[in-house]
Amino acid sequence: MSALAQPLAASLVQSVDWLAVAPPTVAAVVGLAVLVADLFVGGRRKALLGWASVAGLAAALLLLLPLLDGDRATFCLTGDTHACSYVADPFTLVIQFLVLGGALVAALLSVTALKDADRGLPEGEYWFLLLSSAAGAALLPASRDLATLIVALEVASLPAFALVGLRHGDRRSSEAALKFFLSSVTATAVSLMGISFVYASTGTLYLNRIADRVQDVDGQLTTLVHTGVVLTLVGFAFKTAAVPFHFWVPDTYVGAPLPIAAYLSVVGKAVGFSGLILVTVVALPSYADVWGPALAALAALTMTAGNAGALRQRATRAYSAVRLLAWSSVGQAGYLLVPIAAAAYSDDPERSIGSTVAYALMYAAVNLGAFAVAALVGRTKPRNRLSDYRGLYASRPLTALLLAFFLLCLAGLPPGIIGLFAKVTVFSAAVDAGLGWLAVIMAVNVVVALYYYLQWTALLFRAAPEGEPRRHPAPVPLTAAIAVTAVLAVALSGAPQLVLRFADTGLF
Amino acid sequence: MIDINESVMQFLLAFVVVGPLLGAAAALLPAPPGLKGKSPEQAVLRHGVTVTGAVLIAAIVLALGFDHDHPSRMQATTDIRWIPALDVRIHLGIDGISLPLLVLTALLTFLCALYTYFKTPPGPTPTAFVALLLVLESGTLASFAVLDLLLFFLAFEMVLVPMYFLIARWGGEGRAEAAWKFILYTLLGSVVMLLGLLLIGLRAGTFDMMALATDNGRSLTTSVQVIAVLAVGIGLAVKTPMWPLHSWLPDAHTAAPTVGSVLLAGVLLKMGTYGFVRILLPIAPDGFRTFAPYLAAFAVVGIIYGSLACLALARRGAKGDLKRLIAYSSVGHMGFVLLGIATMTPTGVNGALFANIAHGLITGLLFFLVGALKDRTGSTDLDTLAQRTGAALYGRAPRLGGLLAFGAIASLGLPGLAGFWGEMLALFGAFDPGTGLSRPAFLTFMAVAAFGTLLTAAYMLIVVRRVCMGATGEDTPHLPDVRRYEFAAWTPLVALTVVAGLWPKALLGLTDPAVQQLLAGGPR
Repeated sequence: MSALAQPLAASLVQSVDWLAVAPPTVAAVVGLAVLVADLFVGGRRKALLGWASVAGLAAALLLLLPLLDGDRATFCLTGDTHACSYVADPFTLVIQFLVLGGALVAALLSVTALKDADRGLPEGEYWFLLLSSAAGAALLPASRDLATLIVALEVASLPAFALVGLRHGDRRSSEAALKFFLSSVTATAVSLMGISFVYASTGTLYLNRIADRVQDVDGQLTTLVHTGVVLTLVGFAFKTAAVPFHFWVPDTYVGAPLPIAAYLSVVGKAVGFSGLILVTVVALPSYADVWGPALAALAALTMTAGNAGALRQRATRAYSAVRLLAWSSVGQAGYLLVPIAAAAYSDDPERSIGSTVAYALMYAAVNLGAFAVAALVGRTKPRNRLSDYRGLYASRPLTALLLAFFLLCLAGLPPGIIGLFAKVTVFSAAVDAGLGWLAVIMAVNVVVALYYYLQWTALLFRAAPEGEPRRHPAPVPLTAAIAVTAVLAVALSGAPQLVLRFADTGLF
Repeated sequence: MIDINESVMQFLLAFVVVGPLLGAAAALLPAPPGLKGKSPEQAVLRHGVTVTGAVLIAAIVLALGFDHDHPSRMQATTDIRWIPALDVRIHLGIDGISLPLLVLTALLTFLCALYTYFKTPPGPTPTAFVALLLVLESGTLASFAVLDLLLFFLAFEMVLVPMYFLIARWGGEGRAEAAWKFILYTLLGSVVMLLGLLLIGLRAGTFDMMALATDNGRSLTTSVQVIAVLAVGIGLAVKTPMWPLHSWLPDAHTAAPTVGSVLLAGVLLKMGTYGFVRILLPIAPDGFRTFAPYLAAFAVVGIIYGSLACLALARRGAKGDLKRLIAYSSVGHMGFVLLGIATMTPTGVNGALFANIAHGLITGLLFFLVGALKDRTGSTDLDTLAQRTGAALYGRAPRLGGLLAFGAIASLGLPGLAGFWGEMLALFGAFDPGTGLSRPAFLTFMAVAAFGTLLTAAYMLIVVRRVCMGATGEDTPHLPDVRRYEFAAWTPLVALTVVAGLWPKALLGLTDPAVQQLLAGGPR
């Protein structure tokens, strides 16, 4: 090779920091391996696939540890180390931890669900789809250009559609998948259009370059940029299930296998809001006057719609427990949006973003916990109505106490201290940014939400309906899932600083 | 009075706050061998008495070790970082304002636990009852002991869930609705209060009550103070309760079990008025001055409204419930407390704090007595009780009748009993309100409130007339008189009512220096 060719080759062949990209990569590789292994593993040993996936997700989580020492960036433009496609900064790591941890708990729930389904669900495909979706979700917070962002978004969502519709011959399941798919694809198409507008007017896809260039766009192109910004936001708002893109949620949650509903409620949300944060705060800070009010209004509408929907649930309707969790997750998405909206008005947007991250971590732990208990109850009472939870304390005291704790955390009332303080950080972000009206709307919503959370909690301690149900031993993976979330929630209640510190430090 | 090492005092205060919580957790576990008692129920009820007793002893030792020469100084203070991200510190301490409330809470909860031991309310397991009672105690004690705004909010919220379950599970008729009303009203108020607290904390840069009180509102602009006082005031006013935000109270009291009513009236309502004195007066004085006349006006309306409601309930044929009547009388009494605070003078605030304690003792006693009456006759409906001539308690159960008459007389503010001083000082305060407040307006309020005392006397005497007096015939069934455990639970309340009435300095000596300091610019 000539002396001239060497620098050329160096500029063409990027050096990749494999350690930085390890967490999503491991998840994806294990997913592929499981899919292939499915062909060679006999019917009896299919459970091994599940445990391999759980191990893969755990390994991906562990690989976050070596990244803690400092910011890493890779897939950068040669000659310009500031324009990178993949960055592993504190924000990335926290969201990856949330996403992979959420996927891990969902995987634990799935192990039991697949076993109970007794080949009703194709195992190899199931694990492949779950792991691919988790890999996409873990890639998303790290991506720092719009193309990678969209690719990650699609990698995270496309397998999710398939997972929702995976129950063969179940009409509700297919219908849910179709609803989910159609609304999601529309939203993606719209946001792709928005991205193309933004690209057309700024000439770059890197988020930090957009932030610089969007400020001095040619006067003729301002309308184009404005439209682009709004359209881009629409796509991400869909993923967080913000109003008016929330209608797919309850049907999808009910139609999907329960672990997938749990997965979507946490990881799906994380994907949506981390994408929103990247687009708004990182790429378009100068357009705060456009997206700030829009997000504030969206937050107010979303929490109100979610809580109104949850209030309407009747206890005796089939799957009312899952429906309630679905609607409440819409309401919680509204709270998550509040600090992002506040970031538009704040002098220190990173602190506001930190509030969202802290709230999301709390929400992930307790919501997954609630879903895990729902999965446990659903094993003996497959219709999973709210009224099936009546007298749970009599048959399973510890489970009932934990569910009560999770629900009170979601409601934000002591003894759910972490829920209370997570809400306090969100409130303080709003008050600090001068969004008093939004804080008041949220306050009213917190009270409304208390009604249905507490009603459910109270139901647990009622006298059990006649005919003491036979006690079924809880399977190990389910117990593990409940234990992990419970330990997290209780530990956080004692030391809220563990997650709240993100509301105090720069994440980017 | 006695010299106790500062670190022991710190430990005692921490124990008072945390002890009941640990006790609540322990109550859920099965009793260890050796403490099993006759039955699991008996063991857990005894556990409740033991824990609340230990807390009461700790509170009394705290009161004895308290430096009575410097009641304005914060004592037994602990200050630990907890959540640096939100600037929340575990900051505990007591001064002359919080000490009496702390002791009152510990005493009332102990008496309630004692009463429950002998007279378990009908309902689900006593295990849950004891655990909830202990969580409730921890929350109330914490709200009087903490010196951090967000921690105060946490403590304020902590009482909601246990009280909800106490009403909804062990209550009487209409309990579910009453419990919902209680928790939704209070929560709505306290979430609005949180917004006000956050506004104060974020604008002033600290959530520490001591630092904020010393600052005396200097780092907050008047407009911030006005908004903060409005928001925080609404939350506290719901809890107090102030007319017209009181409508949850009569239902909650009527439906709650005896012990729940005693604690609700005796302790929980005080958290509201304590918040006014501890947070709003020193931290946002300018904002408070703006709203003081309105607060006083609402307070006075509450006094008159409460009395008129009671008079209406006490009428013959009104189907008035005795518990409901006492609940409405609480609205009136808390009106005096709010009037005293609204004057922004040491006299008025001292009166308010005195009336707070007096109301806790007297109304606690009255709810106990009415509960006992209900156990004996099966009803608290005045018309059912009184029949044509009157319930004739003097004849049928003379001691019970005597105690009820004592409670009623104390409640109407007879000089020489605890109810008198607080209301008189509150009126005195209104006679000469603080600087910047309109004197004619407050004179009017004073006159109206004074008229309210007459109305109070009227309905209390009607109650005594209809319940205690009356003709006893041959066929009227005899009622069991006061039992021994009832004596044990009520005697302390009666004794303290008399002591506070005859020797008000015992209490005023504690509160006055602290109040002077608070109004002048925060505790040291």
